Amino acid sequence: MKIFQAPTLANIDGAAAVREAQRLIGRQVALPARRAFLQRSLTLGGLSLLTGCSISDDAHVEAALARISRFNDRAQALLFDPAQLAPTYTDAQITRPFPFNAYYGEDEVRVVEEAGYRLEVSGMVADRHAWTLAELRAMPQHDQITRHICVEGWSAIGKWGGVRFADFLHRIGADTSAKYVGFKCADDYFTSIDMPTALHPQTLLALTYDGLPLPPRYGFPMKLRMPTKLGYKNPKHIMAMFVTNTYSGGYWEDQGYNWFGGS
Amino acid sequence: MNRTLIAPSAAPARPADSRPIHPLWLRLTHWLNALAVVILMLSGWRIYDASPLFAFTFPPAITLGGWLGGALQWHFAAMWLLFFNGLLYLALNLLSGRLARKFFPLTPRGLLRDLKGALHGKLSHADVRQYNQVQKLAYLCVLLDLIVIVLSGLVLWKSVQFPLLRELLGGYELARRIHFFAMAGIALFLVVHLVMVALVPRTLSAMIHGHAPKTP
Repeated sequence: MKIFQAPTLANIDGAAAVREAQRLIGRQVALPARRAFLQRSLTLGGLSLLTGCSISDDAHVEAALARISRFNDRAQALLFDPAQLAPTYTDAQITRPFPFNAYYGEDEVRVVEEAGYRLEVSGMVADRHAWTLAELRAMPQHDQITRHICVEGWSAIGKWGGVRFADFLHRIGADTSAKYVGFKCADDYFTSIDMPTALHPQTLLALTYDGLPLPPRYGFPMKLRMPTKLGYKNPKHIMAMFVTNTYSGGYWEDQGYNWFGGS
Repeated sequence: MNRTLIAPSAAPARPADSRPIHPLWLRLTHWLNALAVVILMLSGWRIYDASPLFAFTFPPAITLGGWLGGALQWHFAAMWLLFFNGLLYLALNLLSGRLARKFFPLTPRGLLRDLKGALHGKLSHADVRQYNQVQKLAYLCVLLDLIVIVLSGLVLWKSVQFPLLRELLGGYELARRIHFFAMAGIALFLVVHLVMVALVPRTLSAMIHGHAPKTP
């Protein structure tokens, strides 16, 4: 950059040199500065190459991100405090209407009939008999008003009621030292959760919404409601559940959502 | 700016000072922070687009991750970099005394003077070692902003597990907005920061190899 090369001014009378230089530089400085500005701006252009999906499509990058996501599962398991309760709210704070959310539209909601419905239970449990809704309703029921947080960022407050999942797991003689509980749903959704969250006191096998039997759009006949996890971890229309030590992923988790999905 | 470049008194003759303008640890942590912030911001825009808080979305072409799931993976990877590298940056700045030396004293009068100078394009950047008052304030603000964005991010990520932090930030939904505006603050800083670096390119050189081309 020429304008920084001052030595030519060294032996000249100061005031005259300054006038001379100001005249010259006044004409020239704008250009190098602008050139420099453009040069720096080019690195901004370079940054923009990071955007879009190009870099995410690279197999190595995807594999690295997936490994970090597994690391994040472990980090969240460490952060998870089994005694830490999610905040609860009052009836007046319930979001109305509570938003419908699924991987399909509301016009495609699966309708499961109560007649003939049985919740299948398998895996590391002592009692594998299939449960009717009547049997589940006969167990102690709990209501809670909690915040549902979606992976997209929005949240809504709703009121769910049903059986404490820990009570249910103990009732069926589940091996609670197993790592996972998995779910299969009538809408072909599936997911799995860690045992500590399954045993959390606010984890409900929800049979009601806002005091009424769970309507189809909220997951009739039952939904696993966990205020300690993001929405996609809360399966609806549950048909079968299993206790296992084998990782079984989930509908969204297999596509890249974090498996632990804790809140 | 041209005035300061040629005025002999503006740049005191620097005796062969071989100390780097910025120590190596500072340059490393600065660039790692910059990388983390860029990844977090671009992926954050994609996450924002999944459920926009306001009546606009970010053009997908300038976001990172390809889709919500991909953006979340980038976001939750780069957060570790910002968290640990940011802590290191803060700790080394505090322990080495650099923070106190470089950013203080900061006075309203000095700030006003330098702000006027900056707006008239008369602010000296001749000595890259010395931050002017506007720079000091800008760097301190972005430092605080980064702390706010990390804390609000923690509330969004783990609102149940950090109840104290959640309540301090006014709950999940308010934390979301705080996180967004903290991002906007960092974006604004970045634009000004990059424009200033483009106008005074010696500062870029100083942040890369620790030395800057000599001024007259």
